[in-house]
Amino acid sequence: METRGDIRFLLNGNMVRLDEAAATDTLLDFLRIERRLTGTKEGCAEGDCGACTVLAGRLDGDRLRYEPVNACIRLLASLDGCHVVTIEHLSGPDGRLHPVQQAMVDYHGSQCGFCTPGFVMSLYALWMENPDPTDTEIETAIQGNLCRCTGYEPIIRAARAATALGSPADDALNRERGAVTKKLSALRDGRRVEIVKGESRCILPASVDDLADVLVETADATIVAGATDVGLWVTKFLRDISPVVFVGHLDALRRLDVTDTAIEIGAGVSYTDSRAAMAGDYPHLAEFWDRIAGWQIRNMGTIGGNIANGSPIGDAPPVLIALGATITLRRGGERRTLPTEDFFIAYGKQDRQPGEFLESLTVPRPAKGALHAAYKISKRRDEDISSVCAAFNITVADGIVSDARIAFGGMAATPKRASHAEAALVDQPWSLATVMAAAARLGDDFAPLTDWRASADYRLRVSQNLFRRFWLEQQDEPAPVRLSA
Amino acid sequence: MSDLKTVGAPADTDKRRDPPVPRQRVLGDDEGATIKGSVHTDLRHDSAIKHVTGRAEYCDDIVEPVGTLHAYLGLSTRAHARITGLDLTAVRAAPGVVGVLTADDIPGVNDVSPTGRHDEPVFAEGKVEFWGQPIFAVIAESRDAARRAAKLADITYEDLPHVLDPQSARDAGMPYVTPPLTLKRGDAEGAMANAKHRIKGRFTVGGQDHLYLEGHIAFAMPGEDDDVIVHSSTQHPTEAQHMVAHVLGVASNAVTVNVRRMGGGFGGKETQMNLFCSVAALAAKKWNRAVKIRPDRDDDMSATGKRHDFVIDYEVGFDDEGRITAVSGDFAARCGFSSDLSGPVTDRALFHADNAYYYPDVLLNSHPMKTNTVSNTAFRGFGGPQGVIAAERIIEEIAYHRGLDSLEVRKRNFYGGPDDGRDVTPYHQTVEDNIAPRIVAELEESADYQARRQAVLHWNAKGGIIRKGIALTPVKFGISFTATWYNQAGALLHIYSDGSIHLNHGGTEMGQGLNTKVAQVVADELQVDFDHIKITKTTTEKVPNTSATAASSGSDLNGMAALDAAQQIKARLTAFAAERWQTDENQVHFVANTIRIGGETVPFAELIREAYMARIHLSAAGFYRTPKIHWDRDTGKGRPFYYFAYGAACSEVSVDTLTGEYRVERTDILHDVGRSLNPIIDKGQVEGAFIQGMGWLTTEELWWDEKGQLRTHAPSTYKIPLASDRPRIFNVELASWSENRERTIKRSKAVGEPPFMLGISVFEALSHAVASVADYTVCPRLDAPATPERVLMAIERLRE
Repeated sequence: METRGDIRFLLNGNMVRLDEAAATDTLLDFLRIERRLTGTKEGCAEGDCGACTVLAGRLDGDRLRYEPVNACIRLLASLDGCHVVTIEHLSGPDGRLHPVQQAMVDYHGSQCGFCTPGFVMSLYALWMENPDPTDTEIETAIQGNLCRCTGYEPIIRAARAATALGSPADDALNRERGAVTKKLSALRDGRRVEIVKGESRCILPASVDDLADVLVETADATIVAGATDVGLWVTKFLRDISPVVFVGHLDALRRLDVTDTAIEIGAGVSYTDSRAAMAGDYPHLAEFWDRIAGWQIRNMGTIGGNIANGSPIGDAPPVLIALGATITLRRGGERRTLPTEDFFIAYGKQDRQPGEFLESLTVPRPAKGALHAAYKISKRRDEDISSVCAAFNITVADGIVSDARIAFGGMAATPKRASHAEAALVDQPWSLATVMAAAARLGDDFAPLTDWRASADYRLRVSQNLFRRFWLEQQDEPAPVRLSA
Repeated sequence: MSDLKTVGAPADTDKRRDPPVPRQRVLGDDEGATIKGSVHTDLRHDSAIKHVTGRAEYCDDIVEPVGTLHAYLGLSTRAHARITGLDLTAVRAAPGVVGVLTADDIPGVNDVSPTGRHDEPVFAEGKVEFWGQPIFAVIAESRDAARRAAKLADITYEDLPHVLDPQSARDAGMPYVTPPLTLKRGDAEGAMANAKHRIKGRFTVGGQDHLYLEGHIAFAMPGEDDDVIVHSSTQHPTEAQHMVAHVLGVASNAVTVNVRRMGGGFGGKETQMNLFCSVAALAAKKWNRAVKIRPDRDDDMSATGKRHDFVIDYEVGFDDEGRITAVSGDFAARCGFSSDLSGPVTDRALFHADNAYYYPDVLLNSHPMKTNTVSNTAFRGFGGPQGVIAAERIIEEIAYHRGLDSLEVRKRNFYGGPDDGRDVTPYHQTVEDNIAPRIVAELEESADYQARRQAVLHWNAKGGIIRKGIALTPVKFGISFTATWYNQAGALLHIYSDGSIHLNHGGTEMGQGLNTKVAQVVADELQVDFDHIKITKTTTEKVPNTSATAASSGSDLNGMAALDAAQQIKARLTAFAAERWQTDENQVHFVANTIRIGGETVPFAELIREAYMARIHLSAAGFYRTPKIHWDRDTGKGRPFYYFAYGAACSEVSVDTLTGEYRVERTDILHDVGRSLNPIIDKGQVEGAFIQGMGWLTTEELWWDEKGQLRTHAPSTYKIPLASDRPRIFNVELASWSENRERTIKRSKAVGEPPFMLGISVFEALSHAVASVADYTVCPRLDAPATPERVLMAIERLRE
């Protein structure tokens, strides 16, 4: 395999070539320290505040897509072949403000100003793809941006007003699309990249087959897709993750196919890119998906990563388990497929062998008559980690529950099915009494922990109450049973 | 209308003055002309364009000189322990490390206590008293190297018993960190015994992390002799200067502290930056290189103080109509291991335990408890919000007891006036400016409170899963530092010979728009366009002995000091012009970038050039001290506050009774800022403060584990409001009719803190929704923050 020892990417208007990059080098430090592009700020270094928001442009097939991402946990070497756009690139060479910037000025959207560049970048990304957004769309776009001064109202006003100040068609980045696409295409040389800095190694495999080879050769490698979790190992725990194998650039892992029987999702598909297919088949997931993290993280984080990292509080696994999804693991040329729930063995322990990687997952298309729901309970509505995440998939035939798949996150050391509760449902008449009898069994399924997100009492109580909510939502009741966006 | 660029420098060749050339303009041809950016007008933040382009320079953005070093703190991992071994060999040996600093390396005093109580070391010596206490600093060639090295310390501890919360501290007989305060008027005990009805209760209200988006940072540059310059993000450069001098063992005149702007402060950078400034300065002097220190967010939140949480025990006596006859209250606060500002913070809690209500007989005690937690500090409201919410809980108790609408109970207990004698506070200050009844009446009307309350009751009567609640709560907030000597300010104004103006004052800019407002004052006084005034960084070199930019006092104090400076120069210019144009001073008027002198109109810049040539002093130092105020803490009597600011908010919420989740459906606010210097900036303060206050009482929860480690130490675990948490309908108005009855700057009122307490309306609305499950017969036992968990558990308790 012919390899390349450097990475290349576009930074605003300039091509950058780096001969060195450590596995732990972040984009934010590169921008601020190496390039003195200090408009991008560090607020939390964990992808929660959005002060470091930049756009990452990449070729999706032949299409150039720009997405807001958190520079603080975006690892530098993973940018090979991308276009990074920072706040410094927004206003024109004549110093004229971009419509989004002008709107933020006109509507007093900044006070201390520290979060402002991040907000501008998120709103810029929104404006490019949706120049006339609804308030809900604006709120969703800035879920990953914290402001401590304004109370957000002026920022929302600015976001509404930006559309009147300019059209995306006239935007410099949009006008340059053709040229940038050409430049990025030219960077795709189909070679494996191996870049080092001192002892630290980064590998960007040339293809999924190459990835399989790399991992067999380098079984101790840290596999990194979106880095939304691993990024924190670096910024918070100062862990050395070398050698690291990046997979986010592999188009084949980002494939999503909807067949007659299943939604086939590559392990590198982001939350953002899986939303349409998942919500298309399972409408209840639309709102749920939008409550996973913030926009930046949804652009970076992958469904595969959410499973592979084994977290007991990831939001995708309970949903996938309830839907009966399977996952496919690969080592070299060998593949094996298992039910999602079987992957999670214990806290911090998954059924993944050395050299093996998660390649894809398969979500069955909806079964006729199945009743679905997915609930996320968290201290704050948006951009929070679940105290409890619950997913229901109940099949009722002739008034009798014929099948029940119920999975929880936040209730145990792994994402886990509520097997006692399920058993209490199956073959029983579909009634509130049955549902509450099943809820009463949750104490046999789970002994949740008390921590800063919630107490054990609350976790159990709210989980039981969610059974009632699920029942009520299946009824034709006029009164609302939950608060929606 | 004037263009500074047309006024050239004086010609070298001819220093003689020609007689003024008579101008053809006649007085009145620009009658009605105004300047851009005067007072009482909407003007955007002066840095707005820099903010949105990323060009606004924060401390971490300052260009680093060659050889800049980076410091990082080593923090304790015990809540209370003796340090039995401190081995930093591995730290020193780590790649890139230049050296370490411990208590032994401090040439001056190992103390940064802001009140001089000598209870807050820079580096712990012998023992640690909270999890996260700094023990040493490591200095390295890069921040990353310093951070990694700091982890390598080998510290051994011998654990000592630790106490984390205020109630445990009282139970364990922990000492006060600072003397407590008693406020007493009348005979509370006697009146309570005679009261028709009595309720006793306990309310716990949580603390709050500032979560300024820009964390702590200091950047020190060594100079010759003892000199050191420290760039920092502090609300109190003078104190940082004094602390650095104290720690270095040098005179204050050797230390300069600079602040261009902060990425948010909210009180968290009033005293807490002393540590970082001192460490950076120590290292800079020791290694004679520039040194920067910037903790990671987790360390920032672990090692620096927050809002005090309180356990409040109250008893109230009242009559059938819900009118209060007596109140007693004990306010126990988690102060942390040292005093910091806990004295004035807990004092202010008592000062606000009446909120807008008259307590005929009253006894209030503070209990500033020592705990083995980080030393709590200033945070917007400074203890006041904890006092106000106690008053509001007392009102709610009475309302449920009497089966009344809580708004009615509020009205019946408002302060009165001299006619009814119901106008004296528990600290014996007479309330002379009471506009709470008018504010509340107007908001009740504009928010359509009565009809909406009926609709809420009607909705809840259906007994559904989603319940609604509504509450209208007032705020009255005392303005002035209760440390009377803090109520002073200075400003420095230069006018250069080209007519451009350089403004400096002792206040610091943290997003509140202080620099904009102060510049508006100067623009108005000198009648020049706002953009002719250069706003400059705050520095101890230009204005000495400043007070913290805190207590909402920024524009009140610094605006007046800048006005004084502008008036001094204006007086000199007026005298000069009268003499030069041979007229009376009363014929000289500054109007819209010109000076009208008798029948002539001279552009401002031209007058300045002439004044310079005539050797008129074009620089002035302004000064201000707040009149009328005095406070005797020993007797608990005085007039600690120059005036009060008022406001009210009405919030309606929906609550999911299965999960405790909620949503704020609508909030209406009417707030008093007197005659606003800049209504759009003030409105921004009101909106932002409300959301921050709502966050304090809803999703922002500080959570310590049993070992005493704060586990909510970053935005991933500590949840401040997001855009989607703000009210679905949000109507904010300033009371346009209000004017400060005191002679404050342009009759405006302070705005930073008072609207924070408007967030209490959300808390009481949540309580109202919760109460519906027991048909409003019981006042819910709902503590703050009202997380979904606390809301659900309060509902479940009412159902049992």
